[in-house]
Amino acid sequence: MTEIAVPVPPVRRRRSNWQLLMANRLAAAGLFIFGFIVVVALLAPLLPLPNPDVTNQPSRLLPPLSGGHLLGTDHLGRDILSRLVWGTQVSLLVGISATALAAVFGSLIGLVAGYARGAADSILMRFVDMLMAFPYILLAIAIVAALGPGLLNALYAIAIVNIPFFARNIRGVTVSIRNREFVDAARLSGKGHAAILFTEVLPNVLPVIVITMSTTVGWMILETAGLSFLGLGAQPPTSDLGSMLGQARAQLFTAPHASIIPGVMIFVLVMSINLLGDGIRDVLDPRLRSGALDRPMPVTRIARAQTPPATIEDALALVVDGLSTGFEDGGHVTPAVRSVSFRLDKGECLGLIGESGSGKSVTALSLMGLVASPPGVITGGAVYVEGRDVLAARQQDLIALRGARIAYVFQDPLTTLHPLFAVGEQVAEAILAHRPVGRAAAMAQAVELMDRVGIRDAAARARAYPHELSGGQRQRIGIAMALANDPDIIVADEPTTALDVTVQARILDLLMQLRRERGLALLLITHDFGVVAQVCDRVAVMRNGEIVEQGETAAVLRDPQHFYTRRLIACVPELGEGRAFLDRVRPLFTEAQA
Amino acid sequence: MTAYIGKRLLAAIPVILGLSVIVFLVMKLIPGDPAQALLGSYATPANVERINRALGLDRSWPEQYVIWIGNLLQGDFGRSYILNRPVIDEVLERFGATLILAGAALVICSILGILAGIVSAVRQFGWTDRIVTFFVLIGISMPAFFLGLIFILLFAVQWRLLPASGMYAVYGGGDLPDLLRHLVLPAATLAIVATGVVARLTRAAMLEVLRQDFIRTARAKGLSENAVIYRHAFRAALVSVIPVIGIQAGFVLGGAVYIETVFQWPGLGQMLVKAVSTRDLLLVQGGVLVAATVYVLVNLLADVAQAMLDPRLKA
Repeated sequence: MTEIAVPVPPVRRRRSNWQLLMANRLAAAGLFIFGFIVVVALLAPLLPLPNPDVTNQPSRLLPPLSGGHLLGTDHLGRDILSRLVWGTQVSLLVGISATALAAVFGSLIGLVAGYARGAADSILMRFVDMLMAFPYILLAIAIVAALGPGLLNALYAIAIVNIPFFARNIRGVTVSIRNREFVDAARLSGKGHAAILFTEVLPNVLPVIVITMSTTVGWMILETAGLSFLGLGAQPPTSDLGSMLGQARAQLFTAPHASIIPGVMIFVLVMSINLLGDGIRDVLDPRLRSGALDRPMPVTRIARAQTPPATIEDALALVVDGLSTGFEDGGHVTPAVRSVSFRLDKGECLGLIGESGSGKSVTALSLMGLVASPPGVITGGAVYVEGRDVLAARQQDLIALRGARIAYVFQDPLTTLHPLFAVGEQVAEAILAHRPVGRAAAMAQAVELMDRVGIRDAAARARAYPHELSGGQRQRIGIAMALANDPDIIVADEPTTALDVTVQARILDLLMQLRRERGLALLLITHDFGVVAQVCDRVAVMRNGEIVEQGETAAVLRDPQHFYTRRLIACVPELGEGRAFLDRVRPLFTEAQA
Repeated sequence: MTAYIGKRLLAAIPVILGLSVIVFLVMKLIPGDPAQALLGSYATPANVERINRALGLDRSWPEQYVIWIGNLLQGDFGRSYILNRPVIDEVLERFGATLILAGAALVICSILGILAGIVSAVRQFGWTDRIVTFFVLIGISMPAFFLGLIFILLFAVQWRLLPASGMYAVYGGGDLPDLLRHLVLPAATLAIVATGVVARLTRAAMLEVLRQDFIRTARAKGLSENAVIYRHAFRAALVSVIPVIGIQAGFVLGGAVYIETVFQWPGLGQMLVKAVSTRDLLLVQGGVLVAATVYVLVNLLADVAQAMLDPRLKA
C-alpha cells in the first residue's frame, strides 16, 4: 500500500498542569500572594523584627506608622507587625497540619471503605455520617471542651471534623476504580490487598485528595483562627492570628487597627489559598477545563462567512443549502457538518442515514439552531422553511418556529423528557408555548394527543412522571409533544434506537400513520438502512459530515453509487442468513483488515 | 408523602442515637479522673471508690451510656453547677435566641444565594457573573468574626445606624421592631459565608442542568428562554440545591458561636463558649446535643422538600 500524503494538522501541544495553572490569572495571583506570605512567615526569625512578646506599657495602642512600630502596638505595647508575622506562622502551621491530619485519616478511611466494601464500608461510612450529622463547628467545640482549650487540641478538633469530607470524596473515587481492569490485573498477578491499595489505587485517587486539600485548607485556617478568637485555641503567650484578633477586640472602639490588621491578614491569606485552590481544582478536574460547563445559548451561534439570500422562490417545506456546523475550541472550529444540502417536500419522508459521528444529528439540530452553543457554531449555509432562511431570522422568530412548524422527536425519551414534570403537563406546555388557550384547555388537548398516539387510559397517564412509564410509552409522549401544534415537519432523531425491536416497529408505524393523516413531512435520522427501506421516500447518506449520496430510496437500494452506501446496505442482516452474512460483508471492509 | 415522612423520621432515630454516642465518647476523652477532680485533696482511695460508685462511674461504658441516655429521654440533662440550674432549662432558653438568629441567616442565604447563583449562571462570564463570583470569593474567605467587628465599627460606631450588641434594647425595648433592629447585623454577618456557598453551588447546578437533554427538548418545543431557565432548568437545579441549604443550616448553627460572641447575642453559641472556658461540661454536652438534633431534623425537612420536588425520590 502506498503512503497517502495526509495534511498534518497543526499540532496543538497539550499544556502542562503548571502552564494551565499559571494561565489562570486569579490562581497565579493567589499563588503569588500565598507564596509571599509563606516565605515571610518562614523567615520570621531572620527578619529585623522586635520580639513579639516584649510588652511595653507606656507605648501601648500606638497607631500604625508610629516611630519604630510600622503597624503600631497592641494593648500591651507589643509590636503588631512582629506579632503579625509570627502569628501568621502559627496559623499557617496549625491550618496546614490540621489539613494534613484530616487528609491522611480521611483518605485512609475512604480508601479502605471504598476498596473493601461490605461490612467495613458500612461501619466506617456510618461513623463518618455521624460526624457529619453535627453542625460543623459545634463538634469541634465539644472536643475542645473535653480536651481543654489549647492550640494543639484545637488543631485535633478541626482535623477530626474535617475527616468526613476526605473520607466521602476518596471513597467515591475508590469505589469507581476498584473494579477497573488495571486493579483486576494487579489482583491476578498476586499482589496483596495493601499493595494494590497503595500502589495501584492510591496514585489514581491522589488528584482527588489534592483537590480536597486545596479546597479545604483555607477553611481550616479560618476555623482554627476562629477557635483561637473565641479563646479556645492558642493560649498566651503563644498567639496566632485568631487570638490576636480576639484579644484586640476589647479595644475595638479605641484602637480598631489592632483588630483590623490581623483580621485583614486572615482574609488575605484565606483568599489567596481559595484562589489557588480553585485554580488547582480547575486544572485537575478535566470536566471544568474543557468548558463543558459553559452555559448553552438559546440559539446556536451563527457566524457565516457569506450571507446567502434570505428568501428563495422554491417554497418547499424545507430546503437546506450548504449548511456547515462546527464545534469551537479555543478559537479553532472543528467542522462536524460540511456544506450539506437537501430538500424536503410537503408530506415527504427523507431518511438521513450514517454511522454515529457522521454528523446527521448535528445536521438535524442545526435546522432550528438547537446545537448546544458554546461550543457549536453554524459557519455557513442556509435553512429555508417555506422559502425563508431561518438562520437569518431574529432569535425570537426562530424560537417561535420551533415546535410550531418544525418539531423534534429525540432519541432517548428518558433523558429528553423533564424528570420533574408530569408528562401531560409537558405536552400541554408545548401547546401553550404557541397557543395561549388556557391551562385547562391545553391539558384536555394534551390528553387527546396522548390518546391519539396510542397511550391507553391517557387521562390517568397524563399525571404520571416519565420514570413511571415504559420506554415505548415515553417515546409516544415525545411524539405527542411534537404533534402538539400541528407542525409541517417532524425531525425524528433516531426515534427508535433506545427501544426494543417490537416497540421500534410500533413507533415507526405510528409515525407513518400520522404522516399520512396529517400530511407531515418527516426527516428521519437513523443508522439503520432497514428502517429507511421500510419508510423513506428518499434517502441521503452522510459520512464524515458530508452527504455522499442521495436519491429515491428504491434507486439507491437498487444501485448504490458510493462504496459507503453499499456497506451500509450490506450491513442489514437478513434472518437465517447465518455465516453468509459475514462472507457477504467482509469484502466491503477490505481496508479495515489491511 | 406521609409514608415517606414517616420513613425518614424512623431513619433519623439511629442518627440521633449515633450523635449521642459520639457526644458520650467525646466526654470520655476528658483527661483525668472525675472523682479525683471532685474530691481534690480529699481523694483517698476509699473516697474515690465511693464517689465512683455514687456517680455510676464504676460500671462499664455501655451501662453508663444506657443510664445516661435514659435520663436524657426523661429530659434530665444534668445540672450546671456553675449556673446552678438544670442544663435543659438553660439550653432551651438560649436555643430560642439562636434559632431566631440562625433561622434569619438561613432565609437570607437561601434567597440571596439562589438568586445570585441563577443570575450568575444565566449571564455566565458577563459582568454580573464576575461581580457575583467576586463577592462569593470574598464571602467564603472572610472570617465571620472579623466581618462582624467591621460591621460594628461601620454601622454602629461610625454611622450609628444599628445597635452593636444584644437582642433587645436595655431600656424601652422588647418588641418586634426592636428585635429586628438588633437582628440585622448579626444575621447579615452570619449569612455571608453561607450565601457564597449557596450561590456557588446554584450556579454550578444551573450550568450542569442547562446541558441536559431535557433542556434541549424544552427549547425544541419553542419555549421562551425565560421559561427554559426559570421553569425547566431552575426546577431541576433546585433538587440539588436543597440539600446544600440543609447543610448550610449546620454552618449557620455552628457559625452562630462566633456571631453570638461578637454581637453579645444571648444564644446557645455564646453559652457554649462560656461553658467551655468554665469547663461546665454538662452544659456543653446538652447544648451540642440539642443543636445537633435540631440540625438532623432540619436536614430531614430538606429531604422531604427534595422528595416533594422530585417524584423519583419518593420510591
